[in-house]
Amino acid sequence: MLSGYWLRRLLWVVPTLFGVALIVFVLLRVVPGDPIAMLIPPGARAQDIANLRELYGLDKPIWQQFIGWLGAVAQGNFGKSISLRDNVLSLVLSRLPATLELAFIAVAIALTLGVLFAVASVYWRSRWPESVVDGFSGLALAIPDFLWGLIFILLFGVLLPIMPISGRLDPTLEFNPLTQFFFVESLLRGELRIFASLISHLIMPALALALPLTAMISRVLKNSLNEAMEQDYILLARVKGFTRSRIIWREALRNALIPTIALTGVQFTFLIGGTVLIEYIYAYPGIGNMAIGAVIQRDLPLIQGLVLTFAVLFIAINFLIDASYHWLNPRVRQG
Amino acid sequence: MKHFAWNKQLVFGLAVLGLMLLAAIAAPWLSRHDPLEQDLMSSFLPPFWQSDYHGNYLFGADSLGRDVWSRLLHGSRVALIVAFVAALLAGLLGTALGLASGYFGGKVDAVISRLVEIWTSFPPVLLSIVLAAVIGPGLLTVIVAIVVIDWTRFCRIVRAETLAQRELDYVTSAVTIGLRPLQIILIEILPNVAPLLLVLFSMEMGIAIVVEAILSFVGLSVASGAATWGGMISEGRLYVNQAWWLMALPMLCIIVAVLGMNALGDGLQRAFDYRGSSS
Repeated sequence: MLSGYWLRRLLWVVPTLFGVALIVFVLLRVVPGDPIAMLIPPGARAQDIANLRELYGLDKPIWQQFIGWLGAVAQGNFGKSISLRDNVLSLVLSRLPATLELAFIAVAIALTLGVLFAVASVYWRSRWPESVVDGFSGLALAIPDFLWGLIFILLFGVLLPIMPISGRLDPTLEFNPLTQFFFVESLLRGELRIFASLISHLIMPALALALPLTAMISRVLKNSLNEAMEQDYILLARVKGFTRSRIIWREALRNALIPTIALTGVQFTFLIGGTVLIEYIYAYPGIGNMAIGAVIQRDLPLIQGLVLTFAVLFIAINFLIDASYHWLNPRVRQG
Repeated sequence: MKHFAWNKQLVFGLAVLGLMLLAAIAAPWLSRHDPLEQDLMSSFLPPFWQSDYHGNYLFGADSLGRDVWSRLLHGSRVALIVAFVAALLAGLLGTALGLASGYFGGKVDAVISRLVEIWTSFPPVLLSIVLAAVIGPGLLTVIVAIVVIDWTRFCRIVRAETLAQRELDYVTSAVTIGLRPLQIILIEILPNVAPLLLVLFSMEMGIAIVVEAILSFVGLSVASGAATWGGMISEGRLYVNQAWWLMALPMLCIIVAVLGMNALGDGLQRAFDYRGSSS
């Protein structure tokens, strides 16, 4: 059942994407710098340069380029990458699964640790676990994922070299995947050595991405758990003689999770944005790493395609967060 | 200022800011070597805590034999300039739009809010890297990139606060006595959101320091070779197995700077929040 609110939200996606596309498209073209300069060998003739410019449509006025590009995108054609000389859409799709797996693991870590930390600090309220969690939250929020990524490399890759610090999979292992979802596929096919190698490569970048979100979840959830513990139904549960841990896990948590999801929503999109640098630092073959390469190469079609992909991810996540909030909270659902 | 309450975070934040200022201003007198001076004979000299320390380079020398201590000190200049100027400009732009959006409402608000929504639909880091790449490396580029991505942070919060202030009696009476909108915004509302702006400004300085480091790390900040913390991290990373401190020391500087700016923001918030301090 689609209410008017959701319909309006869905319709708003199109102009937002249009706005993103317009800003990036214009930004990339009004500033000095010639993407063709990257392609031409020294001593190329003026005619060759003009031909190349025409090939990529860079000879026309910006508005014509934009309309032409928009029309092609509407038909699923994102153009051809200048530096990789391949179809942008297939390039992006081949790298997207790696990023999705990384982001998914990071969110899973953040949710698990965040809930555990919040519950621990409410269970042992005003005792040392609460101060430890508070201290951790402060640090994890203040230091951005980019620095966490470097800290982990330094600690567990160099000073105590127990973890691989680059790539997605040990290159000596043999693995012929059918899809780009290595993590899921290796698990389904029972290739445990591959799976272990994937995990060991994922754990540090995922943890670096997860820490700020973990801190946010544990902080917000702790507050709403403490609020929930003051409510009448908790008093009732206490009178019934339930244990403290049962009250927190079974009764309070259910109600406290709803505001937590809504309040931490923005942080989820930060996590997706964080993949750009984290993938670059760990040489992890996802779309974030590809984006930095595209920017350095001034690969306009690829940059545009990647920015739109990120925008779609951002919008989809916001949508899912809102939807889950509405779905979990009956008061909003009826209103 | 009668409600201003000092606290530990504020002191820590001010101490970090003071140290950075001291390092930035006194860098030439605190170091023996020029930060750009190369001496291949001294490359990878160890820092003072190693047993084979020579006594000439406090924190050792990097791959090109440049003095790490001197580079760290001079790096605080870039960090501080970027932090201050970028936060100021982002603050001005975001505050102006936020005030207009919150005060006028209606179409003005609709346009500005939609703009913020579009702006926050793609990763800020990616946008800043794209911007820096197209404008070309340089200090000004870094500042422009930060202002362009981070004005929304100020805009959102100032808009919300202005909406709340607008409903208060003092604004109603200002309207009644016939003050013009611009007067009301500048003379009446702005002073009331000023403490909030100071808090946001401190936080933004921390963010700007990180963004500068990120752009230098990717190689898009000031000219390569110049002493920046992010640039030192990215160079140090290449030799991390030989000399881990080349990467660790600038990281430590950034972490302390960011923690300091955050503490400054938190501390200011507490100091201004006299309602909370009474309980």
